[in-house]
Amino acid sequence: MYLKTLLYGVLAVVGVPVVLILYSYLIEKLVDILKPEVRRWLRPWLWIIPAVAFLGVFLIYPVINTIILSLKNADSTKFVGLKNYLFVFTDRNMLIAMRNNLLWLVIFTFFTVTLGLVIAVLTDRVKYEKVAKAFVFMPMAISFVAAGVIWKFMYEFRPKGTAQIGTVNAILTGLIPGFKPQAWLFNPAINNFALIVVGIWMWTGFCMVVLSAGLKGIPTTILEAARIDGATEWKIFWRIIVPLLKSTITVIATTMVINVLKVFDIVYVMTNGNLGTEVIANRMYKEMFSFHNFGRASAIATVLLLAITPMMLINIKRFGQKRG
Amino acid sequence: METRFSSKLVNAVRKGPLHAAILLICLIWFIPTFGLFVSSFRPANLILTTGWWKAFKPPFVFTLENYYKVITTSNMGRSFINSLIISIPSTVMPVIIAAFAAYAFSWMKFPGRDALFLLLIGLLVVPIQMTLIPVLRIFNRLHLTGTFFGIWLAHTAYGLPFAIYLLRNFIGELPVSIFESARLDGANHFDIFFRLVLPTSMPALSSLATFQFLWVWNDLLVALIYLGGTPTVAPMTVTISNLVNSYGGGWELLTSAAFISMILPIMMFFFLQRYFVHGILAGSVKG
Repeated sequence: MYLKTLLYGVLAVVGVPVVLILYSYLIEKLVDILKPEVRRWLRPWLWIIPAVAFLGVFLIYPVINTIILSLKNADSTKFVGLKNYLFVFTDRNMLIAMRNNLLWLVIFTFFTVTLGLVIAVLTDRVKYEKVAKAFVFMPMAISFVAAGVIWKFMYEFRPKGTAQIGTVNAILTGLIPGFKPQAWLFNPAINNFALIVVGIWMWTGFCMVVLSAGLKGIPTTILEAARIDGATEWKIFWRIIVPLLKSTITVIATTMVINVLKVFDIVYVMTNGNLGTEVIANRMYKEMFSFHNFGRASAIATVLLLAITPMMLINIKRFGQKRG
Repeated sequence: METRFSSKLVNAVRKGPLHAAILLICLIWFIPTFGLFVSSFRPANLILTTGWWKAFKPPFVFTLENYYKVITTSNMGRSFINSLIISIPSTVMPVIIAAFAAYAFSWMKFPGRDALFLLLIGLLVVPIQMTLIPVLRIFNRLHLTGTFFGIWLAHTAYGLPFAIYLLRNFIGELPVSIFESARLDGANHFDIFFRLVLPTSMPALSSLATFQFLWVWNDLLVALIYLGGTPTVAPMTVTISNLVNSYGGGWELLTSAAFISMILPIMMFFFLQRYFVHGILAGSVKG
């Protein structure tokens, strides 16, 4: 069995590039024998068609299909109008999910961008900048699943009086006299925040890297001139750095919003949406796999797409401006 | 000499709070992973009764048993290989296909080019959730569910918008002169692409490959949907999330399993950090 798998793997690793190189070789041979007018017209499409085919089958067709399915019943046998959307906006669990996504949206975006900026500015002033930034950046490389395990262990709870094995409870009971250990993931008053912290821990590095690059782009002469004029570091931060990085901040804030609307893995692994921690993407997964209600699942996905559409328009507009 | 030393000292003290703040930040970001790492080498009964930081007090009790156990009994060895088999073609395919498309987008004129590219920018942010049900139905009909081949195709498609976008930005900015002189030498598009475009685009290709590989390696959702629950093809993310659900408190297995899944990303992070950073910047700022 192992051997078969390995063979399959080797075949894929060698086969995939060979097939693709052969494809481009053959299309060039093919267009060479055609008339120049046809050649000119056909050639770009032959280079682009593999990509277009993938995007058509796996993205464009499914998006249209999902919108249609969202108007149909559970097994897609008849149209039910907007009934699924009515469900999305009235069902108790869906409302909890949407409230939580909103909570994620505000807290996660605010803290990843702010912390990213603060850490970029702080580390910019020390010689060991690269090392310090690597610590914050590292979680970006690992999976949400691994991060979920890491933080489940951080949040581990033992009743008061017994030895805490979770780092968070151990530190807090050690530092604050009389602190009552918390079941971070089970207490509905705090579990959403506990999950959001995991997201912030993972994504702050991303914001930091982008903002740090933006920071390096600010001419030092501007900062020095301000310092000579007697501006405090605080003022320089608010009056020079923040305004100059405004467009970068907007870009990463948009990226964070798009990420957070789709948040799934962290919740799936750590609480599976129980005890009031449900999010939209996890709800969609449940409707699809646990309840086999494809109509509702499609409606949830479509609502997610609608929520992201403004961000998509901003992206397209920004791209247009850059070209124009 | 002395004044220079004292002024350095003054400077260091003045910067004390800054260093302290940075140190604290580094600790906050480091401790969670470090705790997991240390725990994965502790015997199960100790993990459950004492904090991982106690491991640094005598008696120093460490073991490799957790790793042995999780690899032999929890399907982690198999899953590691599965993750590799899933990730490598899912990286190579979109990178090459995107390079084809990016080349055509940058250096060939055809009607509808700009409209097509705007559509691509739009596709960049379409949530994968919008595609799961129709693609799963196609896969079911073609018996691709639960196969490596199916998930390669899916990951290739999902990676393409970003890949084309990033490579077009790079390939589009190569100087016109190199193409002209190559064409004068009689090179056709095949030659130009493989001898000129690909080698000069190596930095962008490496960034993209690093990104796409980690994205696929770390993916949970796509694998859950298209590979179903089949343990013979499950990547590590799926196996670990099953472990979390079924064992609950089996920390000796969870910590070692999680760490096995992190080894490769962490190594890539340290050795390919440059490409990693370039990819992020090219994808988000240049926009």
